[in-house]
Amino acid sequence: MAPLRPYLAAFRARFQLLLEYRVAALAGFATQLWWGGIRIMVFAAFYGAHAAAAPISLADAITYVWLGQALLALQPWSADPEIGHAVRTGGVGYDSLRPLDAYGFWYARSLGWMLARALPRAVLMVLFAGFVLPLVGLGEWAWRPPSSLEAALLFIPAFVLMAALAAAVLMLANIVVAATLNERGVNSILTPVVIVFSGSMLPLNFYPKAWQSWLHLQPLAGIVDVPFRIYFADLHGGAALQGLALQAGWTLVLVAIGRLAMARMMRRLEMQGG
Amino acid sequence: MNALALYGRYVVASLRAQAQYPTATLMLILGQCAATSIEILGVYALFSRFGSVGGWKFGEAALFYALVNITFSLADLLTRGFEVFGTDFVRTGAFDRVLLRPRAAALQLAGYEVRLSRLGRMMQAVAVLVIATRLAPIHWDAATVAMALWAITGGVAMFCGILVLQATMAFWTVESLEVANVLTYGGVQAAQYPLNIYATWFRRLLTFGVPLACVAYYPVLVILNRPDPLGAPDWLLPFTPLAGFAFLTLSFLAWRAGMARYASTGS
Amino acid sequence: MSQILVEALAKTYRVAERAPGLSGALSGLVRRRWREVHALAGVSFSLEAGELLAFIGPNGAGKSTTVKILSGILRPTSGRVEVGGLVPYEDRIRHVARIGVVFGQRSQLWWDLPVLDGFDLLADIYRVEPARYRKRRDELVSMLRLEPLLAQPVRQLSLGQRMRAEFAAALLHDPQILFLDEPTIGLDAPSKLAVREFVRRLNREQGVTVLLTTHDMHDVEALAERVIVIGHGRVLTDSPFASLRSGVFAERRLHVDFAGPAPEITMPGVTVRSRDEGSLELAFNPADIPAPQLIAAITAQHAVDDIHVDEVAIEEVIARFYDLHDAREA
Repeated sequence: MAPLRPYLAAFRARFQLLLEYRVAALAGFATQLWWGGIRIMVFAAFYGAHAAAAPISLADAITYVWLGQALLALQPWSADPEIGHAVRTGGVGYDSLRPLDAYGFWYARSLGWMLARALPRAVLMVLFAGFVLPLVGLGEWAWRPPSSLEAALLFIPAFVLMAALAAAVLMLANIVVAATLNERGVNSILTPVVIVFSGSMLPLNFYPKAWQSWLHLQPLAGIVDVPFRIYFADLHGGAALQGLALQAGWTLVLVAIGRLAMARMMRRLEMQGG
Repeated sequence: MNALALYGRYVVASLRAQAQYPTATLMLILGQCAATSIEILGVYALFSRFGSVGGWKFGEAALFYALVNITFSLADLLTRGFEVFGTDFVRTGAFDRVLLRPRAAALQLAGYEVRLSRLGRMMQAVAVLVIATRLAPIHWDAATVAMALWAITGGVAMFCGILVLQATMAFWTVESLEVANVLTYGGVQAAQYPLNIYATWFRRLLTFGVPLACVAYYPVLVILNRPDPLGAPDWLLPFTPLAGFAFLTLSFLAWRAGMARYASTGS
Repeated sequence: MSQILVEALAKTYRVAERAPGLSGALSGLVRRRWREVHALAGVSFSLEAGELLAFIGPNGAGKSTTVKILSGILRPTSGRVEVGGLVPYEDRIRHVARIGVVFGQRSQLWWDLPVLDGFDLLADIYRVEPARYRKRRDELVSMLRLEPLLAQPVRQLSLGQRMRAEFAAALLHDPQILFLDEPTIGLDAPSKLAVREFVRRLNREQGVTVLLTTHDMHDVEALAERVIVIGHGRVLTDSPFASLRSGVFAERRLHVDFAGPAPEITMPGVTVRSRDEGSLELAFNPADIPAPQLIAAITAQHAVDDIHVDEVAIEEVIARFYDLHDAREA
């Protein structure tokens, strides 16, 4: 454990700090509830018109929406604002002075940032959409538990890999921000790409058939579409294992790319004198 | 110099400030265009899979989408001062500076910044409008164009009202004002589908609470020359955008209460 | 009639109190506990046209609350304020059209606009007639030596340059009353001198009434004819600057470096303020014992390397007012 201590500390510091912002968590929860409500009503209307055309059942689509809203902050659609700040103030130079792996250090902090924002909202969302809705007689609009024990067990690694992959994508964005000094530009491209290709806007199976094969192979599918479909056993058995492999594989590839890019960027910073 | 002329001077000053960074401004416009176009992709995917919903096809839905997005992009362009009022004026104390000038505070905030990047949303919405015109039986003549412009005007007033309310909240708390996004961005999201697909309580909310239906749904029915599937009388439909102005008026009443509170608490 | 009239001004804020931690936050949502803070507790003073008044006191003393009420931003809890016949917070827009305000830490210019464009915009905001505006602007530009800065965006100016531009911006509409809130804060020494010189000219040559709040005692010494010390929401003293120093605080300091170790000194009217290995700081009042007499007495008895007389620093004067006030309260 000892060699990991600084990275765990970086993670924990960020995580604790953000848990302090309770009002922000409540406001975020309210916002996501509203969005989830609209999207579920839209789904319901389309299912009402022609349910047979849908690739998954309405109940699963509803669970997909609630899961997505609960874990919205775990999607890497904007670079870590602290990195942008560090770049502007020259704090990045300090990171290269620490006797640490700079990539690992940033990665831990970014992961802490995402999880800290996601978890309080996820808890509130489970309580509301999973428990309150059925209790007040709106069970058909509720967030369902995993479809089977197998699905529940498979969702654990899928969730871990989802967070790991999301942080790896976020790191690429962070590195581009640090290299180009242009936070707003990076985010304005990153956000739509992530929302569409992760399956955050619509499950990937809803897009036209011709797009399907490559939509399911690209890395962002592992952030939303794959883990959520494992949750309600739309992916099960061998397909679920393939999904996990896709998540793990892309995580490794993106971390490797990120490490190379970061090393190059740090060298450039050193040559410029920080 | 009267208020309108002064507002014009503010606009010119803001445009000159942004012209100092032409590349960055252009990039922001294009980024905004890309970021907001993805929504139509989602609308298209759903219609292409399910065919139609509530009696509407994609072309007609695209008209709902285009008009509400054009409306919101204009409002968003004009209301930067109200959007950042809590963070950039109240919290920093810069609002005192506004109060030290012999003009209505709301006028100064309105003139604070005209955000050109918001044209990105309008660009993609205009493109969708062209597509909608090709796909749906829309007959553009003087009457329907006038109806569209009238709906947009009422809609801009309504969205400005929401932003004024968001700014008014800052007189009480400066934390988490972005919850107002559920009414702005969330409103756009809701209004880009025809209203009759929603549950009754939600339709009522969007008609009588935040009158989004009055500026985005009923006027489009007039343009498409369709009766309201829910039975609102035909003669009433062209007048519905008035609700946007009513909403803006009420928002300014709330704003005045907030101003009075600020004068007595100073925070 | 006075230009500025302030009578029994009081301002009480209600501040929400909450216990720390999650339980505190939750119980705060249900039942709030309020605490009253008396920022001003009966402040009265008046100011004639053409006076230059410095308002001094530590943070939280009530200075900025007073200035905010005088400038129409804030409404008092009770009391009466009139500035040039108007009640500022009742008639904000007409009132602020007649005053100028400079905040040391806040800009009223537009960051990305050239200085001149900002001036033009302000002339429109304040409805200054074009001919009068040009005349006034040219006058201020030459007084403040702004000519080379006019075409530059504000963000490119140094703090000292920006401050000069801020002064011009606050005076374009030719106000007869000027409020200055910490106008020299953060400036380098030459810029401070320039600002003081400008304010003095404005007051002496153009008869502008100036109300200045500051932490910088050199501002007070350089500018103020009259000083109000404010503390605990009250006026602790309101007197001409000269009398403040010659009257109540006439005390002087004598610093003595001895050739050997510092001796004990006991003389009536003289107290030892501090002692060092070979030196002493003595406090005395020249009315009781004139300085030459004291110096003669010490040099007659002890071998002295160096000796000099000092005035009391003004910060200390203020601290004394506080002590006096606290003692009276207790």
